[in-house]
Amino acid sequence: MSTASSLAEAQVPITHDLGLHARPSVKLTKLAKRFAARIQLALDETGPWIDAKSIVKVMATKAPKGSTLHLRAEGDDASEAIAALVSLVERDFDEGGSHAG
Amino acid sequence: MPARATGTVASIGYASGPLHIIEPSRAAYQPSGDAAAEAARLRAAITRAAGEVAALMANAEGDGAAILEFQVAMLEDDSLSEAAFEAVAAGQDASSSWTASLDAQIAEYEAADDAYFRARSADLRDIRDRVVRALTGQEQSMVPPGAIIHARDLTPTAFLSIQWAQGGGIVLREGSATSHVAMLARARGVPMLVGVSGLDAVSGDLVLVDAEHGRIVVLPDTEARHEFLKASTAHLQLLNHARGRLREPAVTADGARIEIFVNIAEPAETESIDITTCDGVGLMRTEFLFGHGLPDEETQYLAYRKVLEWAAGKPVTIRTVDAGGDKPVPGFTVEEANPFLGLRGIRLSLAKPDIFRVQVRALLRAAAHGNLKIMFPMIGVLAEYTAARTIFDEEGRALGLAVPPLGIMVEVPAVAIHPAPFRDVAFFSIGSNDLTQYVMAAGRDNGAVAALGDPRNPAVLGLIHNVASFGDANAIPVSLCGDAGGDPQIIPSLIAAGLRALSVTPGQLPLAKMAVGQSSTRHGTP
Repeated sequence: MSTASSLAEAQVPITHDLGLHARPSVKLTKLAKRFAARIQLALDETGPWIDAKSIVKVMATKAPKGSTLHLRAEGDDASEAIAALVSLVERDFDEGGSHAG
Repeated sequence: MPARATGTVASIGYASGPLHIIEPSRAAYQPSGDAAAEAARLRAAITRAAGEVAALMANAEGDGAAILEFQVAMLEDDSLSEAAFEAVAAGQDASSSWTASLDAQIAEYEAADDAYFRARSADLRDIRDRVVRALTGQEQSMVPPGAIIHARDLTPTAFLSIQWAQGGGIVLREGSATSHVAMLARARGVPMLVGVSGLDAVSGDLVLVDAEHGRIVVLPDTEARHEFLKASTAHLQLLNHARGRLREPAVTADGARIEIFVNIAEPAETESIDITTCDGVGLMRTEFLFGHGLPDEETQYLAYRKVLEWAAGKPVTIRTVDAGGDKPVPGFTVEEANPFLGLRGIRLSLAKPDIFRVQVRALLRAAAHGNLKIMFPMIGVLAEYTAARTIFDEEGRALGLAVPPLGIMVEVPAVAIHPAPFRDVAFFSIGSNDLTQYVMAAGRDNGAVAALGDPRNPAVLGLIHNVASFGDANAIPVSLCGDAGGDPQIIPSLIAAGLRALSVTPGQLPLAKMAVGQSSTRHGTP
């Protein structure tokens, strides 16, 4: 009916050398907080799903390089939130990794 | 008569100001007994801690700023304190609730498989202690500008959190002239004494610190003030005279050109050095990159490139990571009973090649941006050099990049005594701090044996002469990059021992060059 965009989800592999470490986690949670939607992430679609706006919880997943990040959001700006977060992970958190330069 | 005390000079200069005593007194927390009040206190302490870290961030850059930003984000996240507030609601006091909750989270990080995440436990400990300090009302960062800091010892982070722009100095009861905080003090030009005993003074007392002769005067009378002014003026005049001639090349009294390089502990230091006043960088340390766990390749590459570009074609010698010893790195170094004789320097890099290879790739890529040389710390046998060189060759082939000149630090006595196996290395750099401590069996971090650790001991000078002669006979450049190289009192002995290249901390540059002018190559060999 009215809120067709209220649910969104995506999967994206983490390619950053150290996985979801401190700086990427700071960037990810800061970006997530810009959206009103409730955003969760997990390393497996069966969960556990955790709050993507909490750096403490994101760091606690200790997601290593090569793991797949499952994202889901609920709220008016859910699809924009998911698109922005997927883009951040795909850009290697703007950290360059081992190939830039 | 004003009270006096003495100490060992760790960073030369003169300072006067109010004494500020930093005591590690573990003030016990006084619970209020009321759950609501405890919750309010805990909330206020966390907010204050976040504010303190955010303020530190304003003065940090690069990696340092990033890790502080991480700490602020953690402190601002309610999830961090959730369990603590639950415990407070259940009747526990704020301090023990917070400590127990953070200890549990620290334990989870320590149990991680991944070394990087394990290393983050150090950040959580830092966060935990900062909030506890806020709860117990212990001031850490409230050092008045221009104060003379007096403490048992001082951590590098504590040094960096103090504003030195308005002067000030450091007098430590323990500490050592070769500690990291002493290096920071010399680089910043902050006068510092270590091993100070018998200082009878309280916070707020005016003290005069003569960190040229190692003297302190408390509540000085007119005569003491006059003496201090005379000595500090003379020192300043000498320094100004030396600074005025800073651009001139260093030449001995008998006409020998001595190359003077600078030691750099982090790229930001280059901002205050004029490259035309030195012959390049004789030692760029890379431990700063490992201050908060393991740095990625890009972070390293950018740091190396920054210094290479700044040097504008002059040689920059970068030392591969020299962790271990007194420089532990979470997730990299190992706990040892005797770390100075353990897995440190190249030994550690070869034991953990995955970490080493990241640095090797970053160095190989940075080489295109300047005149890069690379040296390995703590080489003891040729096999270590060969193994490290092989890793450079392999990574160079994989990246399609040429391998820059590879040299070694001479600091393990075995190499200084018998350098013959190392005919093929590109250069030698004598690490006089470690060479002296190993030859004299006197720990450089131990004030009680500081007098033994003298690089002018004939045994040490004899080894330096041995290495210089071997280099001369085999056309291998030899330089020296320890603290002795920048000490005006020691420079004449080093030149007499055959050295023609010294690397000094930026603050030592003027007086070191002047000392070269007063030295001669003809004092004969020791």
